[in-house]
Amino acid sequence: MATFTRGFHGKRRGGDDRLPPGQYLTDDFPVLSAGPTPQILPSEWEFTVETETGQVHRRSWQELMALPSETPTVDIHCVTTWSKLDTTWQGVSLDVLLEDVETAAEYALVHSYGGYTTNLPLEDLLDGKAWIAYRYDGEELHPQHGGPARLLVPHLYFWKSAKWVRGLQLLNEDSPGFWETAGYNNYGDPWREQRYADD
Amino acid sequence: MIRWRAARLVKVRDENPTARTLVFDVPGWPGHLPGQHVDVKLTAEDGYTARRSYSLASPDGVELTVQRVNDGEVSPYLTQHMEPGDELELRGPVGGWFVWRPAVPAPVLLVAGGAGIVPLMAMIRARRAAQVETPFRLVHALRSPEQLYYADELLRPDPAVAVTLAYTRSAPEGHQRSPGRLTADDFSPYVPADCYVCGPTGFVEAAAALLVELGHDPARIKTERFGPSGD
Repeated sequence: MATFTRGFHGKRRGGDDRLPPGQYLTDDFPVLSAGPTPQILPSEWEFTVETETGQVHRRSWQELMALPSETPTVDIHCVTTWSKLDTTWQGVSLDVLLEDVETAAEYALVHSYGGYTTNLPLEDLLDGKAWIAYRYDGEELHPQHGGPARLLVPHLYFWKSAKWVRGLQLLNEDSPGFWETAGYNNYGDPWREQRYADD
Repeated sequence: MIRWRAARLVKVRDENPTARTLVFDVPGWPGHLPGQHVDVKLTAEDGYTARRSYSLASPDGVELTVQRVNDGEVSPYLTQHMEPGDELELRGPVGGWFVWRPAVPAPVLLVAGGAGIVPLMAMIRARRAAQVETPFRLVHALRSPEQLYYADELLRPDPAVAVTLAYTRSAPEGHQRSPGRLTADDFSPYVPADCYVCGPTGFVEAAAALLVELGHDPARIKTERFGPSGD
């Protein structure tokens, strides 16, 4: 049975059908990170994909810029309960980045500069669901939001959209990342409200 | 699933004109580590709910300190309208990263900006309660004396916890440090430490960068930020 909170009415900001359960709308762009913001120059940035057989594919910043980009407009949902609608990004689809990669792996562990990691099924990165994003709202991506480039996987809670991304490790077996080993959900679907380990 | 528990407000304490500490009775609470937080859920009579996360202010019991955000949805209720006997739901503890464990002997440097003091206060209280020798240092930036929480505890000299209050706009009369942002001087002498930085985003960005500049190992700096909408 629900516990009612006497005298609480709430503000009921609109847009409810696009808000997953337990989320509220914000117009700001709050920042959540576990440590200091790494400062990475595009000239030293690279993105690697390592397959389950140990093959490594590398791309420099210049090579990334030369790939066809998309400008997805998506809703993002943070596990700390804020959601932001219609955010516009520019980046390269993971479909493009993984096109020439031979793999039978089912899982990916995402690595970031600064040591952050997060895991997800490889299929959640494919079919137009994920990007390596380097512009936000028409501007270069600010370091505190993950610049020069971050992963963008908007259909999962935003901790999966790793900032300062530097590579993917493709794995036959799932390997929990930073928050996933600290009590957060392994998958993180906001529509099923998978915030914590056994949600 | 971390389950929701009914929580009854038993006591309130005003920390300053805009912040209040709320002490809840939560039957079956499993205990927590200093630095962890809880999710709270408020349900209106018609079933509408709102949720927020708040840091636990004390290592014992469920004690939250809430800063009122004037156009906020939840914090005005918690700081102005909720009375002892009223109930909400909460679940937790949440967060296994931004925590201090009394068994770890490494020196600790806490850096708080404004309301960021709350989870760090839980660590200070745990340090005072534990039978350990761990050196603790708090550098607390705040706009003015009216913004201070836990004044009795932070102004009392304590050899176990060195406290530097860094007022950024106006300092109380007779305060040695002149008002201004945190600088390297506020952190001297340099001692390698496990660092915990908590506050608004801009503050945490600047303070964590300053710690790295001073020689602290980025891998030993843990941060917790609340955005401008951190209601």
